[in-house]
Amino acid sequence: MMEKMIFGRYIPGNSFVHQLDPRSKLIFVFAFIIIVFLANNIVTYAILLAFTLFVILMSRIRLYFLVNGLKPVIFLMAFTFILHILMNKEGAVLLDLGFMKIHEEGLKQGIFISMRFLVLVFITSILTLTTSPISITDGLETLLNPLKKIKLPVHELALMMSISLRFIPTLMDETDKIMKAQMARGSDLSAGPLKDRLKAVVPLLVPLFVSAFKRAEDLATAMEVRGYRGGEGRTRYRQLKWDIKDTMSLVLLLAVAATLWLLRN
Amino acid sequence: MSEILSFNHITFSYTPENAEARKAVQDVSFSVNQGEWIAIVGHNGSGKSTMAKLMCGLLFPEQGEVRIKRDVLTEENLWEIRSQIGMVFQNPDNQFVGATVQDDVAFSLENNGVPYEEMVIRVKEALEQVKMEGFINHEPHHLSGGQKQRVAIAGALAMYPQILILDEATSMLDPQGREEVLKTVQALREKIGLTVLSITHDLEEALLADRVIFMNDGKKYAEGTPAEIFALGDQLVDFGLDLPFATKMTKLLQAQGVQLVGQHMTEEELVNDLWTSNFNK
Repeated sequence: MMEKMIFGRYIPGNSFVHQLDPRSKLIFVFAFIIIVFLANNIVTYAILLAFTLFVILMSRIRLYFLVNGLKPVIFLMAFTFILHILMNKEGAVLLDLGFMKIHEEGLKQGIFISMRFLVLVFITSILTLTTSPISITDGLETLLNPLKKIKLPVHELALMMSISLRFIPTLMDETDKIMKAQMARGSDLSAGPLKDRLKAVVPLLVPLFVSAFKRAEDLATAMEVRGYRGGEGRTRYRQLKWDIKDTMSLVLLLAVAATLWLLRN
Repeated sequence: MSEILSFNHITFSYTPENAEARKAVQDVSFSVNQGEWIAIVGHNGSGKSTMAKLMCGLLFPEQGEVRIKRDVLTEENLWEIRSQIGMVFQNPDNQFVGATVQDDVAFSLENNGVPYEEMVIRVKEALEQVKMEGFINHEPHHLSGGQKQRVAIAGALAMYPQILILDEATSMLDPQGREEVLKTVQALREKIGLTVLSITHDLEEALLADRVIFMNDGKKYAEGTPAEIFALGDQLVDFGLDLPFATKMTKLLQAQGVQLVGQHMTEEELVNDLWTSNFNK
């Protein structure tokens, strides 16, 4: 079940967005985050929303998964929305409740800010939903490659990330096993006050850590025997291919940015 | 036949500062010829895994020298020699580096700077040799233990190694997985003439070898064909090793007064002897 929580985030597919190079998708998302701030009136927000819907359509991701991704930020969205309604005292009064007044500007700003959250969450979710974690790692490694010049250990970081990703399911299985072993010995992980439940986690974490260290040692030995000696002189089996599609999607984003720039107040 | 690996009076201790302490490996010599299958057996702590580490330069001996194809293993030629040795370890999970099967097989190739076009060919070839070509994009947690070990073997094969070392590679597998792995190794040996060194405490696995080296307490206790080693009988049991099932059965039958001649190492031999034993009276 826990596995689904993390890996359910990537949904394999063959849509246009799925086929894009992870590098172009990463650049796209980072650029998009900046572009979102260009919108400041109804027309520009409408364009932004339409564009987001277009990207969703191209990715063929079911809306259900995207809405799922909204859950963690829904509180933040509601909070900022209410804050805007209560605090913004500009424009005509739309509704007078006696103890408070809702102003036109407040409602507008509230909706705009929520919309901003919405499109940001949707676009970033599409990145993680259409790109496997390992491809994202590959993309990041290549994009960050120039930073090697300032002694940033890009290759090492990418390897660490890909090994961590690779070991998540293994360690989850292990946690599950230890949990069952402790439960069989009478430890109760799901009942009692919070303090007791936290205490019950300790006998779970200690064996997990011990085995993780053992695994790390074994893995290091195996890697050494298989000739690993850092990033120098290494070739790559995973090749990234920059396609015409990738250039196209970035050009499209640029066009959207230009339109927003022209139409904003 | 040419010699491919040799140990020359090797002594090694994990605590060299303490001269009194027991040596993990003490004055061990043996040599392996090209294409041979050697099994190194012994109970836990007999020094057999230390020997595996000495072979691929994870440890260096205090005294004596390890030779691979007549070259003495040193710090300088370490990487060159490691690229000629494939090693499969005990825990199938802890040696799987890549995110998918093909990435893992390519790992050694990447480390040794093999160009991309050649990697693709070699990965495919290696996976075909262990019959895992249908799993090229599978993630490790969707594979069984035996399949993971076969991928590990493929990872070693991709480098075209001279020697394959199995360091208790089957000890964590279920019987089915163990058979899968051993069958794969056997087939490879016939097909590409690989030299195999299996370090094991499973005597059924040792039976497959041409020669068995029996380690006890860091020393080489005996060396010979499986038949010669199992003829030691009770001595093996005294050193904490289990005899193969058929050999045990023969002993028990003989104790019950059944007339059986000689040793039996496999069930087939025993059954054949049993149903013809009355003719020999």
